[in-house]
Amino acid sequence: MYENPDGVMIGLEVHVQLNKLKTKVFCGCSTDYHNDPPNSHVCPVCLGLPGSLPVINRKAVEAAIKIGLALNCKVEEHTQFYRKNYYYPDLPKGFQITQYDFPISSGGYITIEGEDGELKVGITRAHMEEDPGRLVHEGTIDKSKYTLIDYNRSGMALIEIVSDPDMRSPKEARRYLDKLRNIVEYLDIFDGDLEGALRVDANISIMGGQRAEIKNISSHKGAERALLFEIVRQKNVLRRGGVVVQETRHFDEAREITISMRSKEEAHDYRYFPEPDLVPLKISGWAPAIKATLPELPDARRMRFVEQYGITDDHAKALTSELKLAIFYEDVAKKADPKMAAVWVCDVLKGELNYRDLTVDAFKKENMQKIIELLASKKITEDGAVDIIRTLLDKGGSPDEIVKEKGLLKVEGDIVATAAEEAIKENQQAVADFRAGKEKALNSLVGAVMKKTKGRADARTAREMLLEKLG
Amino acid sequence: MIGKKDLEHIGWLARIELSDEDKEKYTPKLNSVLDYFSELDKAETEGVEPTYHVLPMSNVFREDVPTASLSQEEALSNAPKNQHGFIKAPRMM
Repeated sequence: MYENPDGVMIGLEVHVQLNKLKTKVFCGCSTDYHNDPPNSHVCPVCLGLPGSLPVINRKAVEAAIKIGLALNCKVEEHTQFYRKNYYYPDLPKGFQITQYDFPISSGGYITIEGEDGELKVGITRAHMEEDPGRLVHEGTIDKSKYTLIDYNRSGMALIEIVSDPDMRSPKEARRYLDKLRNIVEYLDIFDGDLEGALRVDANISIMGGQRAEIKNISSHKGAERALLFEIVRQKNVLRRGGVVVQETRHFDEAREITISMRSKEEAHDYRYFPEPDLVPLKISGWAPAIKATLPELPDARRMRFVEQYGITDDHAKALTSELKLAIFYEDVAKKADPKMAAVWVCDVLKGELNYRDLTVDAFKKENMQKIIELLASKKITEDGAVDIIRTLLDKGGSPDEIVKEKGLLKVEGDIVATAAEEAIKENQQAVADFRAGKEKALNSLVGAVMKKTKGRADARTAREMLLEKLG
Repeated sequence: MIGKKDLEHIGWLARIELSDEDKEKYTPKLNSVLDYFSELDKAETEGVEPTYHVLPMSNVFREDVPTASLSQEEALSNAPKNQHGFIKAPRMM
């Protein structure tokens, strides 16, 4: 049982950008702006010019329902939009179109690995809103003189997923984020590799204080760091007899600290009111049909992998933690031994990819199938297989070519036998030690055989041969 | 009742600077608006479905098909200042 000594409560607000849509949420501007100059994908609607009329993108509503269903939420019968009024240069019209008391879905949960076993994290709501523009500051936000604004992002469809304050440590918060990202990736509604695809605000309080909201968190690791800092800060305030006030703080990623953003002026006063330009939606009737099209989600796939392929739960978990990897594994397992495929994809390939900062896109499934086939038929050694994987990633080519070029075919038994004989002749001291009862001396003889065969002998065969000849 | 403090707050939220004369003038006006709402509050609404939205319509959609955007030049034409294609504004915290 996790004790949670400081009474930490963490709730997260995650903004998922529906960047796989072709257009923004309320206008027809293209979402394909990532390589284009600033303010080149804007129109009267997303610039908030007078007289413009927003109309909602049907596909954005479908994606919102998908997310709601995947998070076990109820899709509401009546949903509508509101104006959230505030002055800040990221919104050209002085308000953000968002949802308030009629969100499109609410009351769900996801399960994560908690500090003491499975933890159910409640989803308060998942609602639709428009993304604000992007602000660029020269230097840091508290020092720069100007704000530069790019409205290309303004009006992109966002889903804001608000969790209940169910997480009790920064580690749980990070696992929640990993899981959530994993789920939305499976839904094929967003590309997590694009800048700003998933953004996080964190609410955290400890026993005896009010909550702080931390903004500007740009990664899952950043969330964990910001929360770790915040716990220490809040504890220090209380220890000194101070009061932890409710406020908004800005995470400075470079310095790994949070800075108060509280203005002396006024508390937030958003004056929400129904957006008169958008009519309400009655779309709960769409839910059953959309539910039927939902893909298999990570937890379900993980269980199926264990059952269907007989692999360990750890492997299944690792393989399903990333959609691309899960698809890659299943493709490989169709034509190769599934258990070997799990070991080689999870334990070797994944590490080599991480080391090179590559995704599984960088590796052909046919090559993995071939390598496993070579291993299964004992034509190459495990060291040889690792060598092939590394060479494919660094230089390219095909497994067959690499085997030929590097001479990786496992050597035949008689060559190992000859090498073993030579090793015995040349290492009389080790032989004497072994015969005197020092079993470890055998290892140096095995080493000598491997050296003579340039690592192409199977270590176990070499050991057996040596024992036979020494016996 | 709206007092001077409330009026200053409302003015600040709307980023409208109010002179003392304005405050004198608008405080009673806004109070008369509020009085009217208290009239409305007297209406019998038991069992009446709330009006969440004034338009008697729902489900108006647009298909996910791109349309032309403005050029960068057009987009920047209303901005008092710009730099490298960005709109330039004073820093806000």
